[in-house]
Amino acid sequence: MELLAFGKTGWGDELFYATLMTIAVSVTAMFIGFFFALTFTPLKLSKYKFLNLIGNFYTTVIRGVPELLVIYLFFFGGSGAIMYVASIFGYYEYIEINAFITGAVAIGIISGAYSTEVFRGAIQSIDKGQFEAAKVLGVNKFVQFYKIILPQMLRLAIPNLSNVWQITLKDTSLISVTGLVEIMRQSYIAAGSTRDPLFFYSFAAVLYLLLTYVSMKLINKLEARYSRGY
Amino acid sequence: MDFDLMITSFPKLLAATAITLKLLSASLFFGLFLGLFFAILRLNKNKFINKFAYGYSYVFRGTPLLVQIFIIYFGLGQIEYLRTTFLWAILKEPYWCAIIAFTLNTGAYTSEILRSAFQTIKPGIIEAGKSLGISNKIIFYKIQIPIAIRQSLPAYGNEIILMMKGTSLASTVTLMDLTGVAKYIISTTFKPIEVFIVAGGIYLFMTFIIHNVIKYLEKKYSFQ
Repeated sequence: MELLAFGKTGWGDELFYATLMTIAVSVTAMFIGFFFALTFTPLKLSKYKFLNLIGNFYTTVIRGVPELLVIYLFFFGGSGAIMYVASIFGYYEYIEINAFITGAVAIGIISGAYSTEVFRGAIQSIDKGQFEAAKVLGVNKFVQFYKIILPQMLRLAIPNLSNVWQITLKDTSLISVTGLVEIMRQSYIAAGSTRDPLFFYSFAAVLYLLLTYVSMKLINKLEARYSRGY
Repeated sequence: MDFDLMITSFPKLLAATAITLKLLSASLFFGLFLGLFFAILRLNKNKFINKFAYGYSYVFRGTPLLVQIFIIYFGLGQIEYLRTTFLWAILKEPYWCAIIAFTLNTGAYTSEILRSAFQTIKPGIIEAGKSLGISNKIIFYKIQIPIAIRQSLPAYGNEIILMMKGTSLASTVTLMDLTGVAKYIISTTFKPIEVFIVAGGIYLFMTFIIHNVIKYLEKKYSFQ
């Protein structure tokens, strides 16, 4: 137990901050994912073949390639890509992106591909009459999507989004390969310096279980809230 | 775009794909049996057995695969007693550690898939078997299991693809699978995009094949 003490003698406080880091990366990635999903879902549902193709390309490629490979792409290619863009604007200094942003964007893009599928499924299961009613009332497309379809869709999407959240939370463990100090990385450091990997990795597993358990409870509450009136 | 690198790295990556496929097939094979075993335990009326099987699937589905591999590869070697048993011959090999971790992981997901498949079998089918005087054992092996397998094909297909992506984590315990070799080439040439296109293309090709095989099987064994 002294291994988990707070302060200089144990790893308690380090692991606590690492857990906060995992939560921060997961939440950021989830929101980046929503941003991608809200961009690509309309493309997938569009009546134009070309836009469909772009939407399908995104979800198929990201969901068919290992998360680790995507993370390596961003880890090794991220600063190169940014520097290339900067060089167009006449900035030639070395730019280093921090591990948090690289990780959150990489996981966010993965999470976004899953969210896109969830949103698409939810929109397709909304009664056609809702779209028609909006049309008849002369509501424009933008308002139709954000004020009529989206609120109804969220209720249907919550159970599946909770799966996406679980996947995202677990995927953040892979960012440890880039050196960001989240649960996995901190356990790796602690295991290395105390030579007690069994304890620290098991403890990491417990932390992840705790995170998934608590978030499940919260999501169930949210679900009940959005299902009022049904 | 460095097309020469893409062409020269392709055979290397293809050779590494063999390890990925070996890991995948071994863990799916063992995982299927483990999943079936735990699915049957889940259906058991004994509360203790039931809870035990649920606990197994909850823990392995609630923690990242990376943690599971690390516990098995780095953690288990720490137990002095294990080092004296024959198990050590297996546990000191990263290859077998990866297979054990993948098997336990896919076993947990498979048990959930099979459990829900067993539960959706209409009671009438089992009753029909009983009224024909078929023994419980034969009803289970010849009626329930084939129907459950058919029911679970779409979900199991997804699990195969998830597991294929999961095998990439073998690269974190020094195995040179497709992702491991891809990372090596990226870190020596600093050409991430080219390598990503080739390695990602191989993964996508495998996804495509698995997807279509499952689709074919679904069609072949559909009830209509």
